[in-house]
Amino acid sequence: MLKSTGVGFMEKVQPPAKRKPAKKAKKAVVFFEVEILDAKTKDKLCFLDKVEPNATIGEIKSMFHKNHPQWYPARQSIRLDPKGKSLKDEDVLQHLPVGTTATFYFRDLGSQISWVTVFLTEYTGPLVIYLMFYFRVPFIYAPKYDFTTSKHWVVHLACMCHSFHYMKRLLETLFVHRFSHGTMPLRNIFKNCTYYWGFAAWMAYYINHPLYTPPIYGEQQIRLALILFLFCQIGNFSIHIALRNLRPPGSKTRKIPYPTKNPFTWIFLLVSCPNYTYELGSWLGFTLMTQCLPVAFFTLVGFIQMTVWAKGKHRSYLKEFRDYPPLRSPILPFIL
Amino acid sequence: MAATPAPGTSKGAHSDVTGRRKKGPGALATAYLVIYNVVMTAGWLVIAVGLVRAYLARGSYHGLYYSIEKPLKFFQTGAVLEVTTCARSWTDASLCVFCLVSVSLQVQSEDSVLLFVTAWTVTEIIRYSFYTFSLLNHLPYLIKWARYTFFFVLYPMGVTGELLTIYAALPHAQKTGLYSVTLPNKYNFSFDYHSFLIIVMVSYIPLFPQLYFHMVRQRKKVLGHTEDYSKVE
Repeated sequence: MLKSTGVGFMEKVQPPAKRKPAKKAKKAVVFFEVEILDAKTKDKLCFLDKVEPNATIGEIKSMFHKNHPQWYPARQSIRLDPKGKSLKDEDVLQHLPVGTTATFYFRDLGSQISWVTVFLTEYTGPLVIYLMFYFRVPFIYAPKYDFTTSKHWVVHLACMCHSFHYMKRLLETLFVHRFSHGTMPLRNIFKNCTYYWGFAAWMAYYINHPLYTPPIYGEQQIRLALILFLFCQIGNFSIHIALRNLRPPGSKTRKIPYPTKNPFTWIFLLVSCPNYTYELGSWLGFTLMTQCLPVAFFTLVGFIQMTVWAKGKHRSYLKEFRDYPPLRSPILPFIL
Repeated sequence: MAATPAPGTSKGAHSDVTGRRKKGPGALATAYLVIYNVVMTAGWLVIAVGLVRAYLARGSYHGLYYSIEKPLKFFQTGAVLEVTTCARSWTDASLCVFCLVSVSLQVQSEDSVLLFVTAWTVTEIIRYSFYTFSLLNHLPYLIKWARYTFFFVLYPMGVTGELLTIYAALPHAQKTGLYSVTLPNKYNFSFDYHSFLIIVMVSYIPLFPQLYFHMVRQRKKVLGHTEDYSKVE
């Protein structure tokens, strides 16, 4: 009992009431010392003494940044083990398995760029590029076609759908999404833009080509495709709203998403990531509408990538929540 | 049966299974890899021997390709199985060049074909022996050294041969519309093999230095150690 109070064996403990009234009840505060080593070279990069026990990793990152101005907090990966997982900004120092002298390892994540910036850039490209092909800007097709318009009404419809899709994405990025991470590595913007812009140009070239061939089954096919496309656009938007509402502004909490009053969200009963399901549906609709092989390729590649993401998300849900609904599949009900 | 354990139970068992899956290839996989690499080494040796014999018989380079065409096609196709072992970025260009060469008869007597076939043959013999011996844990230092030294000459040789061959085949590809699809068609798709080949040639500019310097770095890592040990002695 004597050991646990942190007070000397023979010392008399002053009854708190006789002391001068203080703003906070005075407690013995054990300050931590934090040393940060380079994960690869094990060099001592920084030593912080008198760190509050309830300091968060985020605060430690700020202090580290003051010592090394070139490494802003977003590009710091702080971990307990050189090869271990990164600690979260919200983690509190005294709750970590460290002694009063904590040793952390640092890894530079490289230049970072905000998710919002990346999304806005990668979505604006396809919007603009497609329109350039639609209006048949010079140097794309033969000069006699410059600034002409297609005689097929499905080409105009496709332009409207494609533009609507990317406008929706831009608006969602600005007003709907709540991002868990602020930033991603800078090189991602080049990779992502190449993908989105490249595919947009490839698809737009054929759909708006003077020699474009409209769908075999004509109006029937186009109507069905449009219904599928619109249904999935609304669905996708509904899911984004539902996910946003799970998370109060500025927070990073994670909760299990459930169906809401909106029927488009009832798919949550069967699928973990219905936003991807609806996205696949939209692009299948667009493929059917345009009957264009490059669009089919784009849909396929997107589907593969989204399946990988959906499986990862599904696995995280299962790991984090013991009571996660067992009926749900990652992206396709009962299949995948 | 519930997919998730009952609330309150630990997830320890789950992570055990995934941990076990992470270990190296099992006995069956190793056997497959050994057999694959032995067969490939043998195949390339056959091609090398075939080349030498044909040259000695004819006294010239012309028509040399015909003499090794069958085994070359067979083993190059077999190399597609390489994907099951590990990915190699220059195989794509090589396969592409190979398709072109096998169709274009005119190109087959070009010296450029001989250049890269020779380079490939020697490289592949060394490489497959390297893998075979590595799998059996009995890698002679000579093979390791050869693998990480011969490439200094063989890679530029092979790349030059390939580029010259593609270049020589361009007119033929354009004239015959080889492997190409034109508009209009009901899939609204087109492909121009001629332009594609030009893009492939251009892509060598960034890709080849990366591959080459990767090998140089690998060489320092792999052969560097043994030099240090001999110094210590």
